[in-house]
Amino acid sequence: MGALLSIKNLKTHFYSAGKTIRALDGVSFDIEEGGSFGLVGETGCGKSVTALSILRLIPFPPGKIVGGEIHFRGRNLLDLPEEAVRSIRGKEISMIFQEPMTSLNPVFRIGDQMTEVIMLHQGLGKSQAFEKAIEMLELVHMPEARKVMKQFPHQLSGGMRQRAMIAMELSCHPFLLIADEPTTALDVTIQAQILRLIKEMKREFHSSILLITHDLGVIAEICDRVAVMYAGSIVEQAGVEEIFEDPKHPYTKGLWGAIPRIDEEREILAVIPGTVPDLSHPPTGCKFNPRCSHRFDPCDRIPPPLSQVSPGHFVACFLYGEENGCK
Amino acid sequence: MAVNKHLVEVKGLKKYFPILRRWRKEKTYVRAVDGVDFSIDQGETLGLVGESGCGKTTVGRLILKLIEPTEGEILFEGKKLAHLDKKEIHPMRRAFQIIFQDPFASLNPRMTVSEIVGRPMEIHGLVDRSQRDERVCQLLESVGLQREHLSRYPHEFSGGQRQRIGVARALATQPKLIVADEPTSALDVSVQAQILNLMKQLQREFGLTYLFISHNIGVIQHISDRIAVMYLGKMVEMADKKALFQSPAHPYTQALLSAVPSLNPRKRRGEVILEGDVPSPIHPPSGCRFHTRCRYALPKCFEEEPLFHQLEDGRWLACHLHS
Repeated sequence: MGALLSIKNLKTHFYSAGKTIRALDGVSFDIEEGGSFGLVGETGCGKSVTALSILRLIPFPPGKIVGGEIHFRGRNLLDLPEEAVRSIRGKEISMIFQEPMTSLNPVFRIGDQMTEVIMLHQGLGKSQAFEKAIEMLELVHMPEARKVMKQFPHQLSGGMRQRAMIAMELSCHPFLLIADEPTTALDVTIQAQILRLIKEMKREFHSSILLITHDLGVIAEICDRVAVMYAGSIVEQAGVEEIFEDPKHPYTKGLWGAIPRIDEEREILAVIPGTVPDLSHPPTGCKFNPRCSHRFDPCDRIPPPLSQVSPGHFVACFLYGEENGCK
Repeated sequence: MAVNKHLVEVKGLKKYFPILRRWRKEKTYVRAVDGVDFSIDQGETLGLVGESGCGKTTVGRLILKLIEPTEGEILFEGKKLAHLDKKEIHPMRRAFQIIFQDPFASLNPRMTVSEIVGRPMEIHGLVDRSQRDERVCQLLESVGLQREHLSRYPHEFSGGQRQRIGVARALATQPKLIVADEPTSALDVSVQAQILNLMKQLQREFGLTYLFISHNIGVIQHISDRIAVMYLGKMVEMADKKALFQSPAHPYTQALLSAVPSLNPRKRRGEVILEGDVPSPIHPPSGCRFHTRCRYALPKCFEEEPLFHQLEDGRWLACHLHS
């Protein structure tokens, strides 16, 4: 009920040099209407691949969605023909990328890029689209919006580019906004501005948000639900307050312990031993087991299912799944 | 002679980079560093924090004499570095080393680990060839790598391991000062924690002094004893870590600290958010450089540049509100 986007057992693989890399290995989650869902994890855990899979932007070859379902407003996006997906991209689901310089076209003026999107998806005439674009830029608090319309991306600062990007993405009132590391390339004071803007825009447009980041602070700031990914799977999913106050999975605990925080003094940071596994030969059983200090009998044989430990809090770890009878 | 406890002393340091424009008569400059004064004591970690383009990396490079200052003085153990030529500086370089930001770009892909870490020792005549590998092994072990890594090439290592190699290379000449320029910003948090712990442990073991440059306030807070905050080529505040975090005095420091997302979702921030962007260092604002974004700006701030001076509680500050 109420799920805008529902992903079930999504599997995306990449094929390279005769190896199969299981970038996504059975990922499932729901995003409620009006919710902000955070996807957090370290480099290579599959966060961005999840976003690209939703938009069906996985390049083939080398990548392919090999299984699962992505239900968006009652349709399975994986069954739709390419033209139907194209009309959803940018209109119903839009995406903000990490580095706005590479996602804006450097040879077109901001105004031309924005009006093109608006004309294409909303069927407006050129002059109407132009006015609408200015309206959007003003809405994202772009100083001197009219002047910016005539400028090229390189003439704007990083924060302004990201504002322009957000204005463009929201111009079609998408149901879902995917933000892939939207503030990673920005300085903290600019990041604070952009995060505030995203929150404000969410209220204004009632869009749902899928926020992808490695920065737990950004998650705490924006999201109401969080999923932690590790090596292509979700290991824990919970409400934001619960996961920050009572992380369950050993990886989540490790990740939380590793962050230097300004609100508390620690001599030594917690460390997760070892490194992220090679996804072409992931460990059997739980993928985290070689690095886990709580490893016991079934961990290296059976992959742990995502089970509910308290209402709305799911963990994929045998330490918590009493119905498996292993504890 | 009085014992100088400052390992490094910097006075009025400036670095202007010229912008070459042939069709223009007058020269323009990027004022990357525009008059900073500070010192680093033996055995401490001074954290240098600021946003991109504030000049923190340039300060690091100036101290290592990798670039020449436009103006000002740098004293290393009381000795002026400014006028030394290549031959004179060479033996001194042993005492100050650097760890770079990007562990992928800062290791020569065609050299083995033993060459990368061993070369500085050979250059400074600390070992001869036969002892080299033995000494490199010791270093590798002290940074958490093993003997079998000796003959491998950089591409065979993960980001965290490469940064360990970078640390070992910096340690090779038994330096007194290490400038660490964003050493963990290319790494994931779990690996970052490993490197930060390692750097703290090595500091105790070898009595090292660090100048730790980072834009990540959490990391700076974790590693530093004292912290200096830079904005547009100037230092705005310098204080003990505790004083700086508990009662930041400069409006920019206040804004910078409150811009860091809280890790407590129940306590979302939102008080002080700076408006606008950092002005250009080519034409920095008159008076206090921060006045264009400062909530408390007085008429004085538009005209007169505040002096960087020491307050009674020991902190250094450049702000008219506190003078």
